[in-house]
Amino acid sequence: MSQRKRGEMHVMSQRRASRWADIGFRGVAAVCSAMPLVVLAAILAVVVAGAMPSIRYMGWRFITDITWNLGNLYGAISVHGGVRAPAGASYGALVFLVGTLASSAIALVIAVPVSVLTAAVLAYQVRGPLQSLLSFLVELLAGIPSVVFGLWGILVLAPWVGSQLGPGIAHLFGWVPFLGGSAGTGLGLLTSGLVLALMITPIITAAVRDLLMQVPRLYREGGIGLGLTSWEVLRHVCLPIVREGLIGAVALGWGRAMGETMAVLMVGGSALNQLPQNLYSPISTMAAVIANQLDSALTDASHMAVHALAELAALLLVLTVVTNLVARLLVHRVGWTAGARGVRV
Amino acid sequence: MSVKSPETAVVFSTGKDRSVGLPRRRRLSSYFGWGLAWACAGLVVSALLDLLVTVVMKGVTSFRWDMLTTVTHGIAGGLQNAILGTLWIVGIAIVMAAPVGILGGVYLSEFARSGWARTVRFWTEVLSGVPSIVVGYFIYLLLVLGLGWGFSALAAGIALLIIMLPYIVSSTESTLRQVPWSLREGAWALGLTRFQAVSRVVWRPAAGGIATGVLTSIAVALGETAPLLYTAGWSAYNPDWHLTHSQVGYLTYVVWTYIEQPYPEAHALAYSAAFLLLVVILCIHILVRMLVRRWGGGAKSHL
Repeated sequence: MSQRKRGEMHVMSQRRASRWADIGFRGVAAVCSAMPLVVLAAILAVVVAGAMPSIRYMGWRFITDITWNLGNLYGAISVHGGVRAPAGASYGALVFLVGTLASSAIALVIAVPVSVLTAAVLAYQVRGPLQSLLSFLVELLAGIPSVVFGLWGILVLAPWVGSQLGPGIAHLFGWVPFLGGSAGTGLGLLTSGLVLALMITPIITAAVRDLLMQVPRLYREGGIGLGLTSWEVLRHVCLPIVREGLIGAVALGWGRAMGETMAVLMVGGSALNQLPQNLYSPISTMAAVIANQLDSALTDASHMAVHALAELAALLLVLTVVTNLVARLLVHRVGWTAGARGVRV
Repeated sequence: MSVKSPETAVVFSTGKDRSVGLPRRRRLSSYFGWGLAWACAGLVVSALLDLLVTVVMKGVTSFRWDMLTTVTHGIAGGLQNAILGTLWIVGIAIVMAAPVGILGGVYLSEFARSGWARTVRFWTEVLSGVPSIVVGYFIYLLLVLGLGWGFSALAAGIALLIIMLPYIVSSTESTLRQVPWSLREGAWALGLTRFQAVSRVVWRPAAGGIATGVLTSIAVALGETAPLLYTAGWSAYNPDWHLTHSQVGYLTYVVWTYIEQPYPEAHALAYSAAFLLLVVILCIHILVRMLVRRWGGGAKSHL
């Protein structure tokens, strides 16, 4: 075999090896790229499957009943509707559903205007080092662990709400139903809403800032050329253009607020079996209850508590995934249409 | 300024003082609007600063260096078990999340058809919106109870993997997409396969961006609590490095349980744990910022 021929064979085999490496790599990478989808499907399947016994046991009463009672854990296990559960057990999640919706609604009412205006400042009013510093601070706020928010809520916010903000609101607006009453310790609905507002502000702000920066410069210059002030350009040109994306950003923040666990667990006051009476009542959200009921999940021999918590998790998952789907679709649509217009300068 | 001719005067008045002829109402509402906007920005920044100052002050006054070398005893003691446990869990998570996430991102950017890439990108974003407590409960049902692993480091690591994956996939993909197409064409023209083009050429300009994605995901994982409640358990001893059937302590657990105890020693532990977490996470964020500035582009702020 000549030297040249051997060289050619070597090259051939090397080329074949590299082709196999190519195919192998591509296969492994394709599997990895499918992981997020697989994981999401698995979460949905496992949590819903785990919830089935509880769905059969409670039916619709799960979302209409306010009593969350584990039953007699040391007594006989009763069979009800083909499902084994401790005697007297009742898993009504209405209190937690209301707590989740109310606290996230308060968070949105506060966070949306603040975030949109902050985003406008970031997008149009500052530039250079000040812009990157402010952007960095907002992104840093998004990176702070939720237990640290909870710690700050307990140390600073709850005492302030209990001693000043709560009594202040009750004094001024006490005639409005739901706003009167005693502010108590400050651990409750209002404080949870405030902490959640601070936690979702960076999310909404970053999304709205990116949207505002996508508004074609020509449109803004056109507004200025027509004699609008920069504020009027924001109000009448920029915000209408990004409106759909804005709704998406709000939904994004809402999904995050509903799913937030630790901060609400720490400042919410852990209500059980009682709907909030006023703005300062203790509450529990679905996420906080799941975190708080760890012990009950461990001690229930019939495992019914585990299934009930799984149903709670399934409900929370469906709520947040639906809001997220809507949010992402709306945010993307603005991105696509702004790009498709082809006038980005 | 000196105005030489009428024409320049006109240009000046439209260019610099465009609000000269405005009705007072519009001018005032404009001032008011931007004033409100600046007030909102100030409110956000001051809340952040108040939070940072509060936690740092509490942390500095209660932190002792020997907390790093002693384990928790009841309501007092140190944080060594929690620090090692956090590192152990996050280490397990990153060892799995980084390869899977980077490979997935490479596939989406370099090999996938655009329809598949868009689908995966969309559902990855949705996955990042799943509440972390639900992720923890999923692992609890599937691994802790289902496979009988018990509270363990591996179960906790897999829960964190699910949290970290979206960050790494999307930052890898978006940075690779920013690499100029001509680089790939050059590599292919030299006879490299697609895999060789990625593994020898294309990744180099994207390395900084991929690193920022991984770092950001580590910062997120360090601060997570909810996915660990149902997966890691709690242990007052240093981790024994078993993957399953052995509970692990972690820092965020100390913060939320010990602050609710009525003892000053317990509070000191909670403040110190929060302080340590905050310092480490701040450092990671500053590092990411520097990397982004140095390498340009980088991970978009994926929230």
